[in-house]
Amino acid sequence: MKRVQFRRPIFPFLLLIPQLAIIAVFFYWPAGEAIRGSFYLEDPFGFSSTYVGMDNYTDTVTGSEYVSVAKFTLGFTAVVAFFSLALALLLAVKADSVLRGAKTYRTLLMWVYAIAPPVAGLFGILLFDQAIGPFTKIAQSIGWDFKLGVNYWDSATAMVIVAVWKQIPINFIFFLAGMQSVPMAVREAALIDDPSGPSRFFHVIFPLLAPTAFFLLIINITYALFDTFGIIDILHKGEPGNNPVTLVYKVYLDGFRGNDLGGSSAQSVILMVLVLILTVVQFRFMERRVHYT
Amino acid sequence: MAQVTISSVNKIYPNGFHAVKDADFHIKDGEFIVLVGPSGCGKSTLLRMFAGLEDISTGEIAIDDRVVNDVDPAQRDIAMVFQNYALYPHMTVYKNMAYGLKRAKKSKEDIEIAVQKVAKMLDLTPLLDRKPSQLSGGQRQRVAMGRAIVRSPKLFLFDEPLSNLDAKLRSQMRIEVRRLQRDLGVTSVYVTHDQVEAMTMADRIVVLNAGKIEQIGTPAQIYQSPASVFVATFMGAPPMNMLEGGFKDGTLTLSGGGVIPHHSHGANGPVSIGIRPEKVTLQAEETPGALPFTYEFTEDLGAVKLVHGLLGGERFIVHTHEEAIIGDDAKFLSIDGGSVHVFDVNTGQRID
Amino acid sequence: MTDITTAIAQPPVRRRKIRWNRVFDHVILILGSMFMLLPVVLTLLTSTWDNVTIHTGGIQYSIGEDAFRNYQKALFEKSGFSQVVDGMKMMTNSLILGLGFAIGKIVISMMAAYAIVYFRFRFATFAFWIVFTTLLLPLEVRILPSYEVVQSLGLLNTYTGLIVPLIASATGTFYFRQFFKSVPEETLEAARIDGAGPIHFFFDILVPVSQTMIAAIFIIMFVYGWNQYLWPTLMTTDENMFTLVRGIKQIMQVWIGANIPDYGVAMALAIIAMTPPVLIVILFQNWFVKGLVESEK
Repeated sequence: MKRVQFRRPIFPFLLLIPQLAIIAVFFYWPAGEAIRGSFYLEDPFGFSSTYVGMDNYTDTVTGSEYVSVAKFTLGFTAVVAFFSLALALLLAVKADSVLRGAKTYRTLLMWVYAIAPPVAGLFGILLFDQAIGPFTKIAQSIGWDFKLGVNYWDSATAMVIVAVWKQIPINFIFFLAGMQSVPMAVREAALIDDPSGPSRFFHVIFPLLAPTAFFLLIINITYALFDTFGIIDILHKGEPGNNPVTLVYKVYLDGFRGNDLGGSSAQSVILMVLVLILTVVQFRFMERRVHYT
Repeated sequence: MAQVTISSVNKIYPNGFHAVKDADFHIKDGEFIVLVGPSGCGKSTLLRMFAGLEDISTGEIAIDDRVVNDVDPAQRDIAMVFQNYALYPHMTVYKNMAYGLKRAKKSKEDIEIAVQKVAKMLDLTPLLDRKPSQLSGGQRQRVAMGRAIVRSPKLFLFDEPLSNLDAKLRSQMRIEVRRLQRDLGVTSVYVTHDQVEAMTMADRIVVLNAGKIEQIGTPAQIYQSPASVFVATFMGAPPMNMLEGGFKDGTLTLSGGGVIPHHSHGANGPVSIGIRPEKVTLQAEETPGALPFTYEFTEDLGAVKLVHGLLGGERFIVHTHEEAIIGDDAKFLSIDGGSVHVFDVNTGQRID
Repeated sequence: MTDITTAIAQPPVRRRKIRWNRVFDHVILILGSMFMLLPVVLTLLTSTWDNVTIHTGGIQYSIGEDAFRNYQKALFEKSGFSQVVDGMKMMTNSLILGLGFAIGKIVISMMAAYAIVYFRFRFATFAFWIVFTTLLLPLEVRILPSYEVVQSLGLLNTYTGLIVPLIASATGTFYFRQFFKSVPEETLEAARIDGAGPIHFFFDILVPVSQTMIAAIFIIMFVYGWNQYLWPTLMTTDENMFTLVRGIKQIMQVWIGANIPDYGVAMALAIIAMTPPVLIVILFQNWFVKGLVESEK
């Protein structure tokens, strides 16, 4: 790490003990339990468990419900990531180009970062509610009989809008920081070489933003998969019924409501593998990124 | 004040890189030694081994007959000035200077006296309450010096301390550092890649190349009788002209034709011939012993001129003050016979 | 000469063209800002009205007269099934969670990052991997077994059980490691020559040098802790342990089946739950943005 380091045989371990202890008890133990549990069938009262091998996995992935939830999660993730990245990029480009009020815009566009997902979900309910929501009224006035919590796709629309709204700030912050780290000399060189603004953006600025964009893509996928739990739970008022849910939500439903511990563990492990792949991709990319900069 | 003995010191990194090879020399009490060489030559590594910031792979370093190989940096009675100054950004100038004394468990009164004294010496008194971020580059450099001096160490170590300053300030500080060192009489080791600093500041210069010591000597020795082609071309600006040639029946001749005056009569065979740009004279007329010169262009530096051309088909630079004989008039060149250097073609070592 | 005069004459013409682009930029930015603001502003406005008005008239676009009643009720009226918890209690719990999480995380991860960056010791690489593997799996994917572990340790409905499992990931350690690596090498070298050992170097030099970074990470972690939802929802069945964010869910459950739901109080509570983290992020946005962007490098 550092060229010069302290050499003490015991001291660094004392520094690491709190972190290692917490990780051992609250990370490695539960993660191990999840893997172990995924191979067992536990009766709902927790009296006995039987080793069932891969049954939990095969039951899970062949279940029609799981497949439809997985499909929805995929679509939801793609749509949320796309719109929150695209809108944030547009706003960052504009915020970077204006001089007047740049700081005010930055504040106005980033503060939603601090709002908890379930609070965002509550705002969603108020806007999309059948009784009081203005969005519902607008939709009805153009002939769209919008019914949050009743119609599958209407609920999905509300989920996407709230999830995108909540995610724009963080993307905006990173895109703006990325834009501002483009050296002035490079912009000036581009200004001399290329008279067209949009062309300058796509040929000079955007390629320099690509590493940021890729990093954000991973962040957004992780967000859509995991951090939208609060939004979904509140939008569905804790009772999803026939409304769309994501894979993480299903882990929670099956484990805590359905008491299907083995199935829930198997789903957890599948998600773990998914995250693992995402992280490996991210690290491999970041390694390469070192060479660019 | 101390003397330092370096005995067959080697530095080999875990990845196998051999950074310092068999360094072996002695530093006298109060001496100012400059380690000079291109980047990556091992000069900083050697200095850091003096400081205890780098392990010594094999060999010994002794300060005043105490072998310090396994002594903690703080216990070696040394002080170091870093290239980027390494001032503690959150501490005032006073605290920066006092920190080492505080860790050495000196009393508050002693620290106050020592810091004030050194601050006065370096004109830092009005700056004592400022933080490093409020200082100019030159002021920071002086604080770094002050932090070193206040500890009244046996040995000063300087790691390119002036390289972050602009040219004008650098030449001022060069003189100031040397004056302080002389007044304090503290043995000093100074690392630089700037040969002007090396020539002007050193009592003795150690020239390093690829981890090996090429030559140790006074600036005059280094300049007048460089031990190798490397030293000859590294020290001096513009560098020494190097020409291909050889001894034939006792006379030194250029490959491109022409006899070079030389005091010795080496064995037959090829050699490298080195001639300093200022040890030749340009002339319009042919005289006995003069060689034909093809003029190309002149760099006018005001006080001096650098005349570029060809000698025996090879690039040759002449350092001259003459107004008259430049331009296409410069058709011949006569060489001062006492200042021709001859080196082995293969080893690059000096042949006398 | 002619070239120069035309060049001088041109700018006013060009400036007018650029101005339209600028107006367009501002329009987009204002629309974006409104998109971000609108849901919160509407909620804020509606939270000042009485339930009947909201129920019959929907979202309100002006300030009503029931602000005091709604916020008073949200903050001080005992609610829930057991009628023991009010908004103030939930806010206290949120503060404990946010502060406990942020401080615990910073202390633990600074210590670990210090060991990893500044010490040479056996098993250093192994320790590094043990710690950083935790970045791979968010709490959400191991939520059920985590719950069981906390349950078997008897930590349900305790602050320890609420806070400590959330700390069990290396994000903070990763941030501090990145930051420590960016501290110049010479800082440690100068300190060692000055005679500072590991403890003095840490407290005299490294902690003061890291102040901005600590502040930034504190903000990020406080917001993260305050906004936790899934874990508190599972962990706390005792209403005395509810946080504000957890309380939102409680409101939703009371809401279902109510004749006229208590919209005003629900919205007031949502506004109360978001205000502290939002204020911190806005007030300290320079630190916050710096910490967020730098730590991902």
